[in-house]
Amino acid sequence: MQIHCPWCGPRSLDEFEYGGDASKTRPSGKTQENMEAWVDYVFLHDNPAGRHREYWQHVGGCRSWLIVTRDTRTHEISKVELACASSRKGAK
Amino acid sequence: MRYSLSSIIRNAASGHRHWPKVWRNPEPQKSYDVVIVGGGGHGLATAYYLARNHGITNVAVLEKGYLGNGNIGRNTTIVRSNYLCSENSQFYEHSLKLWEGLSADLNYNVMLSQRGALNVFHTPAQRDAAIRRGNAFSLNGIDSVLVSREEVKKLAPLVDCSPNARFPVLGGLLQPRGGSVRHDAVAWGFARAADTRGVDIIQNCEVTGFRIEKGRVRGVETSRGPIRANKVGIVVAGRSTLVARMAGLRLPIESHVLQCFVTEPVKPVLDTVVMFAAAHFSIVQSDKGGLVFNGDLDGYNSYAQRGNMPVMSGVAESAVSFMPRLSRLRLLRHWGGINDMTPDGSPFITRTPVKGLFFNGGWCYGGFKGTPASGWTFAHLIANDEPHPFAAGYTLSRFETGRVINENGAGPQPGKH
Repeated sequence: MQIHCPWCGPRSLDEFEYGGDASKTRPSGKTQENMEAWVDYVFLHDNPAGRHREYWQHVGGCRSWLIVTRDTRTHEISKVELACASSRKGAK
Repeated sequence: MRYSLSSIIRNAASGHRHWPKVWRNPEPQKSYDVVIVGGGGHGLATAYYLARNHGITNVAVLEKGYLGNGNIGRNTTIVRSNYLCSENSQFYEHSLKLWEGLSADLNYNVMLSQRGALNVFHTPAQRDAAIRRGNAFSLNGIDSVLVSREEVKKLAPLVDCSPNARFPVLGGLLQPRGGSVRHDAVAWGFARAADTRGVDIIQNCEVTGFRIEKGRVRGVETSRGPIRANKVGIVVAGRSTLVARMAGLRLPIESHVLQCFVTEPVKPVLDTVVMFAAAHFSIVQSDKGGLVFNGDLDGYNSYAQRGNMPVMSGVAESAVSFMPRLSRLRLLRHWGGINDMTPDGSPFITRTPVKGLFFNGGWCYGGFKGTPASGWTFAHLIANDEPHPFAAGYTLSRFETGRVINENGAGPQPGKH
């Protein structure tokens, strides 16, 4: 499996570290006041068999955090974006 | 028919042409007292103990594929009970005790070989941790022996115990009662024993939905028509989240692939199960002579049942640095199994918010060795609607309440356990 890093080009899987499900949004507010949302954020993931948006970090390269869309049944990667660009888009 | 010396002689005399089928292949009935979703090792064990311990025999086990196709046939066959957390140690010790009597109980040889499970350590810090764990095991009544480097050398001459080793060996922690079991025989043995007691094992029958009325389960929809049941157990490790979602449940589980490897067969060279602590690597020699390895998870969500190269090369490097004489062996096969990984590395044997619907899964690496106790305690839960004391901690709510059972002390990322 290779991941096409937007800065470094196609690189081997072992240069990357997995960062988990990227579909979650960190809840605001204190834990005690918002326990359910925090339990959901930390522990409950969709775990789909199919397309999955997930974080990867290019630790053996430019160290950028990426959001990769990958099919969990075939490992086919349909999209790679920079996590910072994606979060900027989200903030607008 | 009971298997015995006389049955072997009788069938040998007739050229082994008249052995009966090991289990029936019944058509599904319209309704059962209990439906078990998933005909893996744990599902079959659950059905068997429902019949054996609780007298509930009007049971169907629904299997999407064929028996032995899932993780019961995709593991490295190791059994041991040296767990630190008390919830785990009592559960896995119960499991090991059941393994010890299983062949006689099932009237089926599961080929348990208690050849010892040895965790080798390489640093003073690892040695201290091993001593602490060994003391905890002893306090829980689980056999464990601290062994020196010389004893490691004697137990497993393949291990490089020289001072020049890449990771010099300081000693090890041995569980003498640990060992390995013939994994396919476990599936077949439980299937046959459950079938003999009247359980219907229905293969090629995929569950496509759950019938739930007013918060109570009433049955399942399957590819072979609806089946009514007031008690349903889900035991589908690897696909737990997908199946549970059909019942409206969300589970703290991620699916990850764990690869196993087997070399070409060689003469007996290793009569102990050995775990290498400098990396994550274990090795056992099968009865056919192949050396069976496994290592880390690939580390990302996967339903692919096949892995990638980095783990494969990592496992090969571990093998060679630990046992240099393996360097010229060739890998014959490798395969991936999909593991339910949980945020604390421990499983679930639990009720669900739907009445009458029970869930067993989240086995991480521990599923195979837990098979008999998992069936035993899950059958108890289904029969009595009360958790078995040995599995009472394995609830879904433990993440909300903070009562996690975290053997490794790793964080909440399921892939890190």
